[in-house]
Amino acid sequence: MAKNALFEIGLEELPARFVDDAEKQLLDKTTKWLTELRISFDNIKTYSTPRRLAVLISNMGEIQESVEEEVKGPSESIAKDADGNWTKAAIGFTKGQGKTVDDIYLKEIKGTSYIYVKKHIKGQKTFDLLPEFKKIIESIQFGKNMRWSTQTMRYARPIRWLVALFGEEVVRFEVATVETGNQTFGHRFLGNEITIQEAQQYESLLRKEYVIVDSNEREQMIVEQIKNLEEKENVIIPVDKDLLNEVRNLVEYPTVFLGSFEEEYLQLPSEVLITSMKEHQRYFPVMSNKQELLAKFIGVRNGDDYSISTVVKGNEKVLRARLSDAEFFYEEDQKHSIDFYLEKLQRVVFQVKLGTYTDKVNRVISITKEICKELQLDDVTMNKAIRAAEISKFDLMTNMVDEFTELQGIIGEKYAIIFGEDEEIAKAVREHYLPKQANGDLPETQIGSIVSIADKLDTIVGCISIGLIPTGSQDPYGLRRQAAGILRILSGNKWNISLEFLLEIAKSIYRNTEIEIDNKEEVTKALKEFFQQRASYLLKESNIESDIIQAVTNNGIGVYVFTEEKARVLSERRNDPDFKSIEEALVRVLNLADKTENMNIDAKWFETESENALYETYQNIAADYSQALEDFDAEEALLHLSNLSKPIHDFFDNNMVMADDENVRNNRLALVNNIANMIKKYAELTLIEWKQHQ
Amino acid sequence: MNIQEMILTLQKYWSNQNCILMQAYDVEKGAGTMSPMTLLRSLGPEPWNVAYVEPSRRPNDGRYGENPNRLYQHHQFQVIMKPSPDNIQELYLDSLKELGVNPLEHDIRFVEDNWENPTLGAAGLGWEVWLDGMEITQFTYFQQIGGLEANPVAVELTYGIERLASYIQNKENVFDLEWNNGVTIRDIFYQPEYEHSKYTFEESNTEMLFELFTMYEQEAKTTMEKGLVFPAYDYVLKCSHTFNLLDAKGVISVTERTGYISRIRNLARNIAKAYVAERERLGYPMLNKEEK
Repeated sequence: MAKNALFEIGLEELPARFVDDAEKQLLDKTTKWLTELRISFDNIKTYSTPRRLAVLISNMGEIQESVEEEVKGPSESIAKDADGNWTKAAIGFTKGQGKTVDDIYLKEIKGTSYIYVKKHIKGQKTFDLLPEFKKIIESIQFGKNMRWSTQTMRYARPIRWLVALFGEEVVRFEVATVETGNQTFGHRFLGNEITIQEAQQYESLLRKEYVIVDSNEREQMIVEQIKNLEEKENVIIPVDKDLLNEVRNLVEYPTVFLGSFEEEYLQLPSEVLITSMKEHQRYFPVMSNKQELLAKFIGVRNGDDYSISTVVKGNEKVLRARLSDAEFFYEEDQKHSIDFYLEKLQRVVFQVKLGTYTDKVNRVISITKEICKELQLDDVTMNKAIRAAEISKFDLMTNMVDEFTELQGIIGEKYAIIFGEDEEIAKAVREHYLPKQANGDLPETQIGSIVSIADKLDTIVGCISIGLIPTGSQDPYGLRRQAAGILRILSGNKWNISLEFLLEIAKSIYRNTEIEIDNKEEVTKALKEFFQQRASYLLKESNIESDIIQAVTNNGIGVYVFTEEKARVLSERRNDPDFKSIEEALVRVLNLADKTENMNIDAKWFETESENALYETYQNIAADYSQALEDFDAEEALLHLSNLSKPIHDFFDNNMVMADDENVRNNRLALVNNIANMIKKYAELTLIEWKQHQ
Repeated sequence: MNIQEMILTLQKYWSNQNCILMQAYDVEKGAGTMSPMTLLRSLGPEPWNVAYVEPSRRPNDGRYGENPNRLYQHHQFQVIMKPSPDNIQELYLDSLKELGVNPLEHDIRFVEDNWENPTLGAAGLGWEVWLDGMEITQFTYFQQIGGLEANPVAVELTYGIERLASYIQNKENVFDLEWNNGVTIRDIFYQPEYEHSKYTFEESNTEMLFELFTMYEQEAKTTMEKGLVFPAYDYVLKCSHTFNLLDAKGVISVTERTGYISRIRNLARNIAKAYVAERERLGYPMLNKEEK
């Protein structure tokens, strides 16, 4: 015999962003729970709307499966006396398990024999076990929890009703003083309170009460209605996946409608229109067949189409008020100049201890200059980069960015062009915020890339110097994202600038200002560690294993594009049988190098042919090797090091480094130390787990 | 329905839900939340149900009476219920029906919005209530006030009266809203809107305001030390409004600004603590009342 079970958690409106994840947790936790309980079932289906999370389990066994369990008792030596009779300990053990000594059998574990009995654990009635579902309800995690009324429980939103059914019977338990029952509620306005007689009725009963409990079905309804409108109106409605996902979780019964606004607002930057529609009102923008934005929008009502024209009118009014504000800002903003806004930046704090935005911009200009010099850019480009840095933050002071914060940079580019700036400079104003996400687009222009690095560098060095180091999920200034951004831009442009050089620039620029930052060694260390973690993260993303990452970042990040390249080359070589002998030679040197800093080689103390041969090879490759390092040619540099392989093996096979004669010994050590230093410039090879032999 | 009728309707409705009908608090403030009837009374174990209209001053939003959507002073209808009743959403939706909003003809939604007021060390979770896409009410379960945990939890409903009226009366410009038969917001508030904007942005005596801020702050501290919570809180409100006037005029420099905010926050925190201690000392009079 099998029965269906239904659990439904009725809630005040859940934040849309929590709904999908909560439904997934419900599925995973229920599956795990039933498996652990040994309760059979055919299928588990979950549901979610803003007001409910539910799970339907079909054809559950009415009785938990029974099992034979082996129970281990005392060792045989304790269980039997000298005459081979069962001791009190053995009898006690069997009694405790509801067995007799006749049930005992022996098993050996690591040479010791123990007594065992087999215990039959009889399955309990499923119905009696189901109140444990309470724990699943309580264990669902949300991004943010709250308390309500006099309850001590914390949950995403208050729990208002609970349905728990097994067959036609209610499973009794309570959560936060809400008792389970078989009553649920339909749509807030269109539906009624209903009684569920049997779990399988759930979907259909609620459908009659204007609740589509399956979120995928709601999504499908929205998509289809949008398609119908597209055909009817002969327009294109690009359906943004994230927005669709949010909207389906804002409604229990979706009805799509088409609204419009005055054509005059189309003269606003399209980003402003789109942000107003998507971010602020959760509308889908509408395009013509020629991919031009139209003065129309798509909304989704939580309900049916009764009196839909009132809903459309209301939504149009709200959007009109927003756009009219935006239009006002757009016109007002253009009455001033970039200088007007730059002047205002003096009064806005960037960070209490790091000064105003003007202070920040001045530092970014200085860093930009240094990077341009290091890249040996011509004056024209350098001046463009400096101008881009100078005006990089002006739009923060405009009404438009004040209202549409997420459009910082984008508005900056538009306005910069209106105010007559060079197009490339205007583009850099937008691009200096890139990349916006871990895998987001990088700046396309050279000057955008430079200002982007300068801005991020200043923020990271400043924040870490005053102790604002990200911990766990706390990273209010987005330092991690920015650090990864710097590395990605350096790599993308293949720029020959070491990270340590950049950090030094940023620090020295702070030193030239009145702003006091901590210059202690701990700060340098914290910065180094912070960037090493970010680099490790990025390298891991490109499938580099952690020992290789350790080896190439051990002495700092250096020129990041080269670090990446070395990591790639070493990842190949570590599995290459032909490289085995070379790797062994190089590691042999590294292991023998001492810390005496004994570096002076004097050829007159060489005694053997193999010594001379190694010294000669070392001298021969030195220049080419350095050149390869300068060219950031990871393959070429390793090839030069490989030439040392045979002479190194010969050297160690034929000489005692620790010779009796002090002069000979020191000379050999110096040779080893010099070669070790050479190898370390490439990577700390001793940290790599070589796998050629496998 | 004119604004006067709306207010009467809401008052009657919440009065029937056993709310104490209060009048607006007589010290300038930026929001109904700042009235001691909300901010202090939401703390501690005593039950508290109250409703009132609060004229709220936002010097920064002054637009000389020129902007159809922004006002130096707008009106909020504020409801506080502690502990939050289990059917608070239904109670709220019924109040909209009383105002003639038939939910079947509209699209009413609860959209996540978490409220925070760092100046008062206050935070809560809840929603903006949308009526056909327009935010008409802030619906918040207080979690923290004056840095103290709210327990039991009070729920706060803040109706934006002008917002709601512009919908109910179907007007695009806030100044066209009818307050009473034939009398509009323009008739009553245009002149003060213009004059307060002119005063705030151009004419206020900056030096005097700075001096007042310091004096109010000092008085709040001294009064607090004497254990007089409510008078001390009045001076905190005065500090806050004076700061808003100075800030709107753009005369508070960056470093000073954060300093001023944290000075107000410290005062508010101390007062919240003192209020809770004082209620405890008095033996929670309103709690005992309910038990009797």
